[in-house]
Amino acid sequence: MNKDTIIQVSDLTRRYGETLAVDHINFEVAKGEVFGFLGPNGAGKTTTIRMLTGFSKPTHGKASILGFDINSQIVQIKKHIGVVPEISNLYDELSGFDNLLFMAQLYGVSRTQRRKRVEELLKTFRLYERKDSLFRTFSRGMKRALTIAAALIHNPEVLFLDEPTVGLDVVAARSLRNLISNLRQQGTTIFLTTHYLEEADLLCDRVAILVKGRILAIDTPHALKDKTNKKSLEEVFMKITGLEPEVMAIEKGK
Amino acid sequence: MKKESKMWRDNLRGIFYIALKDIKTYYFKPPAVSWGIVFPITWILAFYLRNPGSFEELVPGLIAMTILFSTTAAEAVVINFELRLGSLERLLLAPINISAILLGKVLGGVIFGFVMTSIVAIGSTILLRLHPPIIYLILIIIPSLFVFSSLGALLCVMVKEVFEAQTLLNLPRFLMMFLSGVVYPVSRMPVALQYVSYALPLTYTVEGLRFSFSGGSDKMILSYTLILIGFLLLFILPAVKLLSKKFE
Repeated sequence: MNKDTIIQVSDLTRRYGETLAVDHINFEVAKGEVFGFLGPNGAGKTTTIRMLTGFSKPTHGKASILGFDINSQIVQIKKHIGVVPEISNLYDELSGFDNLLFMAQLYGVSRTQRRKRVEELLKTFRLYERKDSLFRTFSRGMKRALTIAAALIHNPEVLFLDEPTVGLDVVAARSLRNLISNLRQQGTTIFLTTHYLEEADLLCDRVAILVKGRILAIDTPHALKDKTNKKSLEEVFMKITGLEPEVMAIEKGK
Repeated sequence: MKKESKMWRDNLRGIFYIALKDIKTYYFKPPAVSWGIVFPITWILAFYLRNPGSFEELVPGLIAMTILFSTTAAEAVVINFELRLGSLERLLLAPINISAILLGKVLGGVIFGFVMTSIVAIGSTILLRLHPPIIYLILIIIPSLFVFSSLGALLCVMVKEVFEAQTLLNLPRFLMMFLSGVVYPVSRMPVALQYVSYALPLTYTVEGLRFSFSGGSDKMILSYTLILIGFLLLFILPAVKLLSKKFE
């Protein structure tokens, strides 16, 4: 393992009954890298994140984050990672401020730093004015922003973002992309799943394309475009996933 | 060794803040308060008015019912509703283990139950000028609070929906109301029903409280405390296991 490797995945597999959700995947993510995990629905992206973050045990294979094994040292891993799930799942009956304060308490942010950190994040995400409003009264974009702020409360070294811009309007999505760029500049390693290929092209240093639980390609967006002789990551994706003929047939039908 | 003690500290912190968050979010709200304290008082009063006699005899039953209903007042919401919204999953992202999450949920019910039970216990002992040994009350009330909060947690993790949990919780609640000697002493029940009574944890709470008020022996009280701890383990261990399975 390279000393700069933050996430290392070897032969990771997850089976649900007869279904092979993740099929012997291998990859590494380096420190400070934005790594995109792309694939159609049901490709195994979320299952992989769930295994890496301790929700689900692998059927086979192993993985480590910051050198900690996901099977035996998941609590240590959780101290260093932040996770933004696909659904904004904070507490409806708590205010924006209280939600973040609760997260700070859970993660053991020191008593003297808690309020300062919460206020800092509320300001970063432009939610300070609504800090006393209940989470359930927030718009979808605001909920998403607060969920991301909650994942950053303990300054994680690795951030998992599962479809972070789904449901966000153009402005909110853009500001989130800026935030991801800023986090990268600060050295945070980011593991991102997204359906938006333009977004992946813009943000990711490297991407893996996953289909039916298997990684079919892994490289920088630029290299993938070169290899496949395509102009955009979307075209690369269509070609690699085998969706290109289907799309062409639909377009011909028009 | 140092790493383990740090992990313990993290888990204890998690338990405490989860309980605090639940109390703020769900308990001390009108539905939980009415279910936890108003219902037991009304029920006991109804029995008293139907059959007036010595109210002192009903005090152990009243305290026991308050323990039972207050600890389980918001359990279904606290666990199943959060599970459905995904916010329970959010807790699992924190550096604490599943047992700590469940214990936090149980502790929320215990703290709320403790406040409600204290109001009823202190209120009735002052009004009726009763003088039970405080240590006896503590030895019965504290484990009972944990037992019934854990029972609520166990039944909730056995089902998926809030309404299923409420329905399932009502079964042991009402069974215990009638068969645990709350208003009608177990010794006067038919023998077959007495066997059922002694399989119910509330029986030991009621009997333990009755002995506390009527001057029972240390040995007797301690034996009830141990039985209640046994029930606690019987409920909490499978609850942790079931919750882990749910997350999988």
